[in-house]
This record gives sequence, structure tokens and C-alpha cells, in this order.
Amino acid sequence: MEISLIQNIVYIFSSILFITGIKMLGKEDTAVKGNFLSAIAMFVAVLVTFINISNPLILIAGIGLGAFIGSLIALKVKMTSIPEMVALFNGFGGLATFLIAWSEFNSTPDNLFQYILVMTTVYVGGITFTGSLVAYAKLSEKIQIAKTSIITKLFTTIFYISLVFLLYSVIVTPLLVTNFEFFTVLLVLTLLGGIGFVLPIGGGDMPVVISLLNSLSGIAAAFAGLILLNNVLIVAGSLVGASGLILTIIMAKAMNRSISNILFVGYASASSSKSSEEQGEVNPINVSDAYLILENASSVLIVPGYGMAVAQAQHVVRELGELLEENGTEVKYGIHPVAGRMPGHMNVLLAEANVSYDVLAEPDDVNPSMDSVDVAVVIGANDVVNPSATEEPGSPIYGMPIIEVHNAKTVFVLKRSMSSGFAGVQNPLFFKQNTRMLFGDAKESIGGVVSEFKD
Amino acid sequence: METYILLGFVLILSIYLGLELISKVPSTLHTPLMSGANAISGIALVGALLLTADSQLQTALAFLAVTFASINVFGGYLVTNRMLKMFKKK
Repeated sequence: MEISLIQNIVYIFSSILFITGIKMLGKEDTAVKGNFLSAIAMFVAVLVTFINISNPLILIAGIGLGAFIGSLIALKVKMTSIPEMVALFNGFGGLATFLIAWSEFNSTPDNLFQYILVMTTVYVGGITFTGSLVAYAKLSEKIQIAKTSIITKLFTTIFYISLVFLLYSVIVTPLLVTNFEFFTVLLVLTLLGGIGFVLPIGGGDMPVVISLLNSLSGIAAAFAGLILLNNVLIVAGSLVGASGLILTIIMAKAMNRSISNILFVGYASASSSKSSEEQGEVNPINVSDAYLILENASSVLIVPGYGMAVAQAQHVVRELGELLEENGTEVKYGIHPVAGRMPGHMNVLLAEANVSYDVLAEPDDVNPSMDSVDVAVVIGANDVVNPSATEEPGSPIYGMPIIEVHNAKTVFVLKRSMSSGFAGVQNPLFFKQNTRMLFGDAKESIGGVVSEFKD
Repeated sequence: METYILLGFVLILSIYLGLELISKVPSTLHTPLMSGANAISGIALVGALLLTADSQLQTALAFLAVTFASINVFGGYLVTNRMLKMFKKK
């Protein structure tokens, strides 16, 4: 009794630290400290839990092993692989709650509510686990499966079956509490269903899915807290659930689509765009002409997209930005919230390349003054600069907030080929009078401009 | 049952608090926030430590849960810290 009282007091203290920590994590000046506070909160909560655990040696071994593997991955990983690392860690968190709920099932839940909680936690944790693994595989380009392939359809079907099975097991069968066969079916269906949950979702929608999985891992932890009657799990889990939810909503808004449309429909059902005929010709440009125009520009806006990440061009981009500034040009970066494969992907890449974060601007900051921009340099971005979103009501992406580079005096588009973006929509930007296409690998093209500057 | 009602309150209030606290996060911090929140979801580690281990299966489950939650905790905090250190102002 005494011990559990002390534990609960410390859990309250830890919860306060978590709350303060996540609040500070949301502001640029305090973020580092916020992360540190939340780490202390975690440490304190874990430490006080150790007071009365049953078999400390095995568990300490587990912590040691996990600490070793986790730290190794975290310190070795390249900053460009951050999206898949976050997905992987997220999956492990989900797996942990999945295992917790599984173990609790074997302690034979003693009431109906407990039983429902265990089933739900198994499900949310399991979906988070395998869903995150698929997200990891997709982001690190280990698998590439078309939305229309039979495997994708099979797993998607299993996902729906698993969902029905969960509802059935929660609503209809609480009387079968000790039925292990039934529970085993749920375990297997859940794990396979998680694969089907993420498999059909395309690369450009990944920011939404990752945020959602992030949120689910928190919800799962909070549910585990309900099973174990533990406050700190509930508080910390809920905070994560909320922050993931906010990011999910921000991402969905940035695409002007509903979350359910992204998860269950995708762009495939979008009506075919009719404007594909009157496109005209593109105006290609070479590196030395691009250099001449940039050299005379007084303001330049750089708009990066997933193509910059693929080409690993962030360092030459930073170099170009610095050379332009030395030349007296005002340089800004226009960052669209869903550019790349996870929330804030471009910000991380540019930060890694030492670009100061106060020159990174959001669409709302750059759009009003776009006509005063001399050159907008679009690096491997497509849908987020597609003027169809504002000009063509029939387009599948109509209404999506974009960076309106077409209003700049000149637009350079760095692109490998004329293929359309993730949304499968042709981009009229490429055919505009003020657009110049600089074909080729982004890193080489910009590298070329940079060396012209240096000569 | 009363306990669950009470814990349900805690759950709802915490989610609401979380939504209020983070609603205006700047886009620079989207990734670090996600990664930092991800580390916090490793709080499942506390849950994993509290598991009873009456059978071999349960001992194995507890060990695995502790291990994976620890990977989540250590990996998450370290990677977030590394990332945040890169963000610089002029």
C-alpha cells in the first residue's frame, strides 16, 4: 500500500513533466529542453515502477537490450532516413502494447469491460505495429507494390475482415472470455490487417499515414493504461494520441482531402482531367542560361519537394542559396506542409544541410508577395505547385492549398522527366509562358549552377 | 467500474489537453514533434514492467514488450534530440 502510494505520487509528477515537455516541444526556442523534460519524465516513471516488479533480472536485460539497439539505430541513422526510422520506432511502440494486451488476456480478464479493453488494445497495437512496418518498408523503398495488385487487394480485404472480427469479438462474444482459439484468430487477423491498412496507401499520402500511426501508438498506450489501471500510461498515451491527431489533420488539410478519403479511397477514383490536350510546348533551359538569370535576380524562392530528397540535393541547394545571398539576392524557401514523405520532411533535410530555419516560409507567407519574386526554383516538387489546384475546378487536386509559383516572374522547374506527380495529374505549370524546364538530376543541375557562380 | 469511469475522465481530459497544447505547432517542428511524441508513446515500457509473469508465455511476452518499448524510448529520444540540434537560427 505504502509503495503503491509513492508510485502514484511519482506518476503524477512524471505526468506533469510529460505535459510540460510536449508543450515545449511545440515551440522552436524550447523544443530541445522539452524533449529533455519528457525524457526525464520517462526515466522517473520507469525508475519508480521498478520498486515492486516481479522478476527484475529478465526485465533489466530487456531494457538493456532495447537501449542498446535503440541507441545504435538512433545514432547511426542518416538524417535522410529519418522518416522510415520514425515509422520503425513507432511500430515497436505499437508492438509493445500489443504484447502487453496479449499477456493480460492470459491473466484472464475478470470483467466484461476489461475483456473489451484487452481486445481493442490488441487490435490498435497490432495494427500500429504491422502498419508501421509496411510504412517503414515503403519509405525505405524496400517494397513497391501497386495499389491495384492482387496482393494489395488481398491484404486490404483481410484488413476489413479483421475490423469486422474485432467488432464481433467486442460486441457479440464477451461471453467467450477464455476462448483461446478465438483470441488467436484475432491476434493473427490483426497483424495481417495492419499490413492491409497501409499497403494500398501511396507515397504522397505517407505524411498522413505516419501521423495517424503515430497517433494510434499513443492511443494504444493509453488503452494499455486503462487495462493496467495506470495513470501515467493514460496521460502520456493520450498526449501522443492528440499530437498525432493534430498532425494528421494538418496534413489532410494541406491536401484539401478528408482523412477517410486518403485512407480508403486514394486518388484513383478522381475524375479524369479534361485539360490534357491544350498544353502546348515546354521551354527547356540549360544550366548556363539558368545561371545568368539567377545572377541577375534580386529575389529567389526555392521550393523543394520529394525529388530533392531522392536526389540528396539539399547540400548543393544550401550552397546555391549562400552564393545567391553573397550576390545580393534575397533567398527564401517555400515549404509546403506535405512536400516529401512525412510531416516536416523538407525542414529536416534543409536543417541537416545547415539552412537556417528563419528563411523557411510556409505557403501563406510566400503566396501574397509571389509577383515580386524574380525566380522561383522548383526542385523535385510537383503537385504542391500545380496551378490546377486554383484554376481548374474539374481537377482532382482542385482546392488544395499550393505554393503559387506560377505567379512569380520566372519559374525554373528542375525535373528528371515529364512524368506526372504522385496524384497522376498533369501539371500545367510546365507549359506556362514564364516556366523554364531544367531537365536532369537535381543535384547535378544545381551543382552546375553553383560551379558557374564560383567561376 | 468506478475506477474505469475515473480513468476515463483522465483519458478524455488528457486528450483534450494535448489538442490544446500542440494546436499551433510551426511546420519546422512537425518531424521533431512526431518523433518526440513517438518516444513518449514508449511509456508502454512502464506497462510492460508491471505485467505479471505467471507462465513461461507471459514471461516471454513481458520480456519482448520491455525490449521493444525500450527500443522505442531510447531510439525515439535520441533521434529527436539529434534532429533538434540541427535546427539553427542565424
